[in-house]
Amino acid sequence: MRFGIVVFPGTWSDTDCYHAVTEVLNQDAQYIWHQESNIRDIDCLVLPGGFSYGDYLRTGAIARFSPVMSAIKKFANDGGLVIGICNGFQILCEAQLLPGVLIRNDDLRFRCEWTNLKIENNGTKFTSRASQKELIKVPISHGEGNYYADSKTIDTLNNNGQVVFRYCSPSGQIDAESNPNGSIENIAGIVNDQGNVMGMMPHPERCCEEIIGGTDGRIIFESMIDSVP
Amino acid sequence: MPVSKEILDEIALKQEEYDEIVRRLGREPNSVELGMFGALWSEHCGYKHSKQLLRTFPSESPYLLTAPGQENAGAIDIGDGLSAVIKVESHNHPSAIEPYQGAATGVGGIVRDILAMGARPIALMNSLRFGPLSEQQNRHLFNGVVSGISGYGNCIGVPDIGGEIAFAPSYSGNPLVNALCLGIVRSNEMVRAIASTPGNILLLAGAETGRDGIHGASGLASRTFEEDIELRPTVQVGNPFMEKILIEACLEVVKANLLEGLQDLGAAGLTSSIVEATTKGGTGFKLDVALVPRRESGMSPYEIMLSESQERMLLIVSPENVTTVTNIMEKWDIPCTAIGEVTGDGIARIFEGSNPVGAVPGGMLTHPPIYEVFGDKPNSIAELQNYDLKSLPTPADAPYDILLKLLASPNITSKEFVYRQYDHQVQTNTVLPPGTADAAVVRIKGSDKGLALSSDCNGRIGYLDPFVGGALAVAEACRNVSCTGATPVAITDCLNFGNPEKPDVAYQMVESVRGMVEACNSLNVPVVSGNVSLYNETKGTVIYPTPVVCALGLIDDVNKAVSSGFRNEGDSVFLLGSDVVSADVNYLAGSEYLEIVHGLVAGQPSIDLGLEVKLQSCCRSLVENQVVNSAHDCSEGGLAVALAESSIIGNLGFSGSIGNRDHWAPSLFGEQPSRVVVSVSKDKTHQFKDICYVSNTPFVWLGTVTSGEFSISGIIDGSLSEISSAWKTGLSIALGE
Amino acid sequence: MYLAKIYVTLKPTVNDPQGRTIERGLKGLGFESVKGVRAGKYLEIATYENNKVTAEKQINDMCNKLLANPIIEEYHFELVQTQESNSA
Repeated sequence: MRFGIVVFPGTWSDTDCYHAVTEVLNQDAQYIWHQESNIRDIDCLVLPGGFSYGDYLRTGAIARFSPVMSAIKKFANDGGLVIGICNGFQILCEAQLLPGVLIRNDDLRFRCEWTNLKIENNGTKFTSRASQKELIKVPISHGEGNYYADSKTIDTLNNNGQVVFRYCSPSGQIDAESNPNGSIENIAGIVNDQGNVMGMMPHPERCCEEIIGGTDGRIIFESMIDSVP
Repeated sequence: MPVSKEILDEIALKQEEYDEIVRRLGREPNSVELGMFGALWSEHCGYKHSKQLLRTFPSESPYLLTAPGQENAGAIDIGDGLSAVIKVESHNHPSAIEPYQGAATGVGGIVRDILAMGARPIALMNSLRFGPLSEQQNRHLFNGVVSGISGYGNCIGVPDIGGEIAFAPSYSGNPLVNALCLGIVRSNEMVRAIASTPGNILLLAGAETGRDGIHGASGLASRTFEEDIELRPTVQVGNPFMEKILIEACLEVVKANLLEGLQDLGAAGLTSSIVEATTKGGTGFKLDVALVPRRESGMSPYEIMLSESQERMLLIVSPENVTTVTNIMEKWDIPCTAIGEVTGDGIARIFEGSNPVGAVPGGMLTHPPIYEVFGDKPNSIAELQNYDLKSLPTPADAPYDILLKLLASPNITSKEFVYRQYDHQVQTNTVLPPGTADAAVVRIKGSDKGLALSSDCNGRIGYLDPFVGGALAVAEACRNVSCTGATPVAITDCLNFGNPEKPDVAYQMVESVRGMVEACNSLNVPVVSGNVSLYNETKGTVIYPTPVVCALGLIDDVNKAVSSGFRNEGDSVFLLGSDVVSADVNYLAGSEYLEIVHGLVAGQPSIDLGLEVKLQSCCRSLVENQVVNSAHDCSEGGLAVALAESSIIGNLGFSGSIGNRDHWAPSLFGEQPSRVVVSVSKDKTHQFKDICYVSNTPFVWLGTVTSGEFSISGIIDGSLSEISSAWKTGLSIALGE
Repeated sequence: MYLAKIYVTLKPTVNDPQGRTIERGLKGLGFESVKGVRAGKYLEIATYENNKVTAEKQINDMCNKLLANPIIEEYHFELVQTQESNSA
C-alpha cells in the first residue's frame, strides 16, 4: 500500500513517518508538498507532526489554507484514509475535517513523555489489529494537545464510538492523574463519523521499533494497511 | 581625530587597541570600519585572551577532518562515509538579560553552526548553571531559559537529548547557558565556511535584517553585569519556524552541490561571517548594504553590518548557480538576495549603493592583538584546600536522612521536570533518552552504529582546584560516554570564566586548561571545537571556573548500549575502579555532602588519570562483551547516590555493604573519582572478573539487586519508593511547583 | 470599579516572527494589500479600585512588573469605569 506523507513548512515528523512505514513496515510512501493540489495513487494520507508555520496565531491555522488542503478534503470526502498525528490532528481540526480543537496543555508546558492509551474502539480502520480496551504505550510531544469540544460534540463522539484513544494509567484507569494535558475525558484521539479520518496527539511513528522504546505504534499502521484491499 | 572614550566603551575596545588599528591602517578608521574592528576584535570573535590557551589543546586524531578553529564546528569521520559534526557555544550574557530569548537564540545559533558544515542537526544538549532556586530571580532565569530552549528546540524538530544542570551561589544573576548541537553529514558533502573564488556571489538567505543585537559580540560578551540596563535593546528575538525551513532549504542546496561555501551569521552578523570566509579563502569582497533586505527603515550601514538578526545564512555561490539556489530558497519561501561578491584583493569593501562607506584589509580584522593571561593562585584557595576535613563533626542526621536530602538536592535530583519539556524523541533515533543513562545515545539509521553524548563540569571542584576541575570535566564526560559502551572520539568545550584581566581568574583559566589538556592526552581524545565565554561576573562575584566539556562517543553496535538502571533482581553489583570502598575523608573535598550537610566548599580534590584510562577501557570492554547489565559512574553524591539512582532508574532496589561502617560519611558520600557501579548477571561474574583482571582495573563486590528494598550495611534501611520519591520530586519542590 | 483593557505588543524595533508569518499567510490568501502585521496580547483586568489615578498607577505597575516584558515589549491600556464608583 502507498502512503502519502504531507509536508508543510515546519513539519518535522514527515521523515519519522516515512521511516516507519517504509523501513519498518515495508510499505511504499511518498512525500506530498503543501503546494500540491492533486493527490493521485495514494491509499492513505498522513499529516505528520511538527510546527507548521511555526504554529503562529493558532496551531494549524495557517496550514489549513495551503493548496494541498482542498485536495486532502476531497480525498477524505471520497472515503480515502487520513491520519493526522499531533500537528496533523490540529490541522484536521482547524480544517473542520474533525470536530473540536486542541488548546494549550493545562499546565502551559510542552510535554514529551510516554503515555498509556486505552483503545476505546477497535472497530475502526485504525485500530482493527487491537483488542477492545487494549492498552498501548505511545509517546506524546506537544504543547497544545488539550482536546476541547462542546458537550454536545463530546456526547456525539461518545455515542458514535468516535473516541478512539484515551489517556489512562498503566492499569487502564482513565483518571485525572493520567491526563497529560487536560483533554476533556482524557481524549487522545478521535475519528470522524465516516470512520476514515482519524486524529491523535500521541506519535505512533515513534514506537514502531524496540530499540527506540516500543512497538505499539505498529498496531495503528498495520490496521490501516489491513483496511486497504 | 582622536576617538572618544564613550565610543570605545560602546564597542568595548581599549585605547591601545584603537591605536593599534590606526597604526595598522595608517589612518583613523571611519565609524563603519571601527565598528567592524570592535566586533571582530572582541573576545567572542577574536579570542584575545584565550587563543594562547586554546592552542595547547590536543587536536591530533586520524578521524578529525577539520583544523581547530578553522570551521564553524569540528567534524569527525565515523565510518560508512559519514561524519559527525559537533560544537558547543555559550549564550550566557543574552540569557542573563532576557532568559527566554537568550536561551532560544543560543539554540538557534549553535544549530546554524552545524548547518554551516552542510550537516543535518540530529541532537541538541544543554549545559546550564544557575544560582540557588531559593531566590526568585534565579527561578525566573531558570524557567525562562528552560522555556526558551523548549520553545525553540521543539519547533525545529531536533531532539534535545539531555545535558546537565547545576546550581551554585556564584551563578546568581549570571547563569551559564551553553548549547550543544550534533550533526551528521556525508563526508563528501561537507561544506566549508570559505570564499576563495573571486567573482563568486554572496547570497544572504533567511530573515530580514533589523536592529537586533547590535554590539552583542563586543558589548555583551565583554562586559560584566553592572551596566546591564542600557544594553537591553540588543536582545534578539528568535524565529524557530524560519530556522526550520532554513535548515531544510540549505540542506537541499548542499545536496545539489551548488555551494562554494556556507557560513552562518552569528555574533557580529554580516561582518564576521563574510570577513572570516573571505580571509580564510585569501580573498576580499565588496558588499552593498543597500541590497540587504531590512525589517526596519532608516538603518545605517554601521547597523546593517553589525546587526545580529537571527536565522540568516550566507551562501557563497558561483554566478551560474545563483538562479538554481534562489529557486530552492523560493520553494521554501525564504528571502534570498545577492548582496555582494568575492574579490581578489583581500580587502573588505562596504558600499551603500555606489558610495564607499568602508574598506579594510580583511586580515587586519581577523588578527586582533593576542594577550597572554598571567595567573596568580589566590591565598584564599590555598586555605580552602588545606581545610582539615578530619575535623568535621558527626552530622546530626542519620545516614538515610542524609541520602534522601542529597537525592532531593537540585544538583542531584531528577531533571525530568526539565527534559520532558524538550522533545527528545523526534527523528526517532533516541536509544538512551535523558534520565536513563550516563550519556544519551542516538542511533545512526542505516547502520548499527550509535553516538553517545555527555556534558560535564563540576564547578565546585574547579573552584577548589582548577587543574583537577579541568581534568575531571574531561574524565567524567568521557567516563559517562564509556559507561554506555561508546569510545570517546572527540571533545567540544565551552570555557566559562570571569574577567581574564584579574589574576585569580587568569589562574583559573590557565590551570583549568592545563588539566583538560592533560586529561585529553591521557584519554587520547582531541578537542575539535569550542567556545570561550569570559567576563561572567555580576556585582563583583565571579562564577566558579566552569570549563564545560562535552564528549562524543562512537559505539559500533548500538544494540549493546547500556543504561545506568539496574536490570534484573538478583544481579551482583560491583564497584569498578577501586578494590575497597574508601573511607578516606579527603574524598569529601568539594562534595555535595560537604556543602549540603556542613555548608562547606573546601578540601583538596584529586584525580588519578592513569586509573581513569584503565577504568574507561574496562567499562567499554564489559559492554562490548555484554557482561554488564548496567553501568553508572559515581559522581555528585558519591556511592550511595549512585546506587540509589541505579535502583530508581531500573525500578529495583539494592542490598549490600560498604565495609567500614564507622566512617560512613566518606564511604557513602565521598566523591572519589574514577569509579563506576555495574550490575552483572550471576552467570557472568567470572567473565566480569576476567575482563577486569586483563585491563588491570580494581573492583569490589558491593551487593545484590533487590526487588525494592534499599539497604546498605545496616546503616541505611529504606525502600525504592522512598528514595524514588525524594529523587523525582526534588526539583519541583525547589521550584515551588 | 474599573476595567483595564490592556494591549501588549513587541516594541516596534523588535523582531516579531509571529506577525511576519501571519502577514505571509494573509498575503498567501490573496490579501495583497496587507502592509504589515504585529501580533500581541490583549488582557482585561477588573479592579475594585475606585480612584482613576490610583488604578492607572496600579495597572502601570502590573504591566511593568508582570504583564509586559519591558526588555522587548511595550503596552498601552484604557480604563473603563464599570460601576458607580464609591457608594460611600
